[in-house]
Amino acid sequence: MGLTPELAIDVNNIGFRYPGNPDVSFSHLNLKVNKGERFGLFGPNGAGKTTLISLMTGLLKADEGSIKLLGHDIGKNKNSVNKLFGFIPQDFSFYHELSPVENLEFFGAWSGLDKQTVKRRTDELLTILGLNNVRDKQVQKFSGGMKRRVNLAIGVIHNPPILFLDEPTVGVDVQTGRAIIDYLLVLNKGGTTLVYTSHQLNEAEDLCEEVALIDGGKIIAQDNLKHLLKTHNQDNLEQMFLNLTGKEYRN
Amino acid sequence: MFKLTATIAKDVRILLRDKVGISLMFIMPIILVVVVTSIQNSTFQLVNKNKLSIIINNSDTGQASKQLIKAIDKIGMFKATQVTGDQSEQKIAEAMHQQDAMLGVIIPPNFSAKVSAKSKSVAGKALKSFGLEGDSVKNAGDVDPLTVYYNPVLQENIRLSVQGALRSALQLVQSRETLRSLYFSINEKELPEKLENEMLNNKTAINEIPVSKDGTRTTPNATQHNVPAWTIFAMFFIIMSLGGSVVREKVSGSFIRLKTLPTNYLVGMASKQITYLAVTMLQAIVIFSIGIWIFPYVGLPALNLPSDVFALVLVTVVCGWCAVSYAMCVGVYAQTQEQANGFGAVSIVILACIGGLMVPSFAMQGFFKSAANISPMHWCLQAYYSLFLEGGKLKDVLNNILLLFIITLLLQVLTYVGLKRKNLI
Repeated sequence: MGLTPELAIDVNNIGFRYPGNPDVSFSHLNLKVNKGERFGLFGPNGAGKTTLISLMTGLLKADEGSIKLLGHDIGKNKNSVNKLFGFIPQDFSFYHELSPVENLEFFGAWSGLDKQTVKRRTDELLTILGLNNVRDKQVQKFSGGMKRRVNLAIGVIHNPPILFLDEPTVGVDVQTGRAIIDYLLVLNKGGTTLVYTSHQLNEAEDLCEEVALIDGGKIIAQDNLKHLLKTHNQDNLEQMFLNLTGKEYRN
Repeated sequence: MFKLTATIAKDVRILLRDKVGISLMFIMPIILVVVVTSIQNSTFQLVNKNKLSIIINNSDTGQASKQLIKAIDKIGMFKATQVTGDQSEQKIAEAMHQQDAMLGVIIPPNFSAKVSAKSKSVAGKALKSFGLEGDSVKNAGDVDPLTVYYNPVLQENIRLSVQGALRSALQLVQSRETLRSLYFSINEKELPEKLENEMLNNKTAINEIPVSKDGTRTTPNATQHNVPAWTIFAMFFIIMSLGGSVVREKVSGSFIRLKTLPTNYLVGMASKQITYLAVTMLQAIVIFSIGIWIFPYVGLPALNLPSDVFALVLVTVVCGWCAVSYAMCVGVYAQTQEQANGFGAVSIVILACIGGLMVPSFAMQGFFKSAANISPMHWCLQAYYSLFLEGGKLKDVLNNILLLFIITLLLQVLTYVGLKRKNLI
């Protein structure tokens, strides 16, 4: 009997419906992500990706079922569960009036780090992400790519074992996109579980080893990427995506 | 503790970089307090210390009009200048403009003759009622009215005072004439001047004494009225910075991100309250300091701080906390920064109006008098007036503090409910 890999995320039979909006809803949805995996969650607009990430990060509460991160129920003991993951939203969710150093000091403190650790991690991250020369400048003067890197640095300052990434490279040039993906691969090598969502499927193929396709609130396919392409007799993720979700417009 | 200090540092940095917000919170109220105090001080001076300039055009040649002019002069309220010539409205307006006069009085021709006829008629009626024979009683017509022209800038209460003063002068002239007629009818000789003065001059003095709770005799002035009022306005005007800051956090997604971190957002709310409460204290210190030290250099009365400094600090802290709570509540419910700023500014002006900052609440009537009670600024102002104008102590403002505290708690609960309903905490 082989060893069962330890689960980073265990979404178990959840149900969810937005009050007054039945368009996106989940019923008996299950999803398992192994520890240390690079997991891609894809689907057309309105498929439920962001809702599912919001449920997994505790921003929304499931009507039924349970969600566990590294064995801890997301709905219980928020302060200890929230230390287990980092969240990099699609929006630039930080303070544009502040510098990268000031943003990292604030978000580091809120992530539960002490002052010395915040300082050490700030220096490390700004060097790795190429922001050291602008560390004390206000972020509002930065380019889109620089802001994306600040967004990423904030999400990983506390070295979380699980990292949720909602379109982390949208709107950036090729160089910045490549640098971000490379850094995510480095984090993964260090043991961080990545849960990634994006519409840039070429990039996703480089990053993800395990993928799930979601549409209409249901997971329509989930497997190892190579195995999934083989099963569906497709050359790449984009072809398979269109094959499974159709070509009509989505709102 | 690091969470709280880091959050306060973040809020202070954002605040210091909000140049427009700082201008609105400090420079605008300072300009307001100086300008409004100066204007009101001029009015105080005009009414209380300076004499109102008045031109008198007298077309009458008799004694009564001369006595009237003398009586007007004796009131002490006017600086009278006599002019002659055309009594048309246009000419009077020109004369008032030339003399820089606020008032113009026209004494009609035959004023003395008509006053005399009227007085004789009244005296005759009086004698007849006593059963005495005097001159035959003829019904005299009314004296032609005096016409008073005024500069439209004169407020109604000043005009009423002027009218009262002129009536009193007119009454004196008519009484003198009636008395002389009566005396002449009975004694067939002129009324002695000494007796006339004794009979007509009012010797009863009126003592005016300002009363205060601490027994001081400081006369309230424009500074004592305006500095506390505009300090409150300034405190509530932090909505322009704080309300917008809360909305920006919501719109940028920072609130959502913070929700995924292992810290309760109440730390964030506490930080904002500490930071902006400090701002309101700084506003009060700056505006009071200007009142104490700068006002005398620009010709305004210096601000006298209340004797109960502890009560002053307590009232200021509670007012500031109430202002901060109001700003946060508006920020939480507003959808956009434009909404927060627009609603914030308009609501502050309305609350200031109904709270008695712009029009004294005792001058309001009906609904507006009751509405004043819902404005937190009303309770702040009442507490400040009790301390600054009436020499009140802590016990005199405890009720106001309690009411402000209750309003503040209600605003805090509303803010919490708003955050919960919007899934922000």
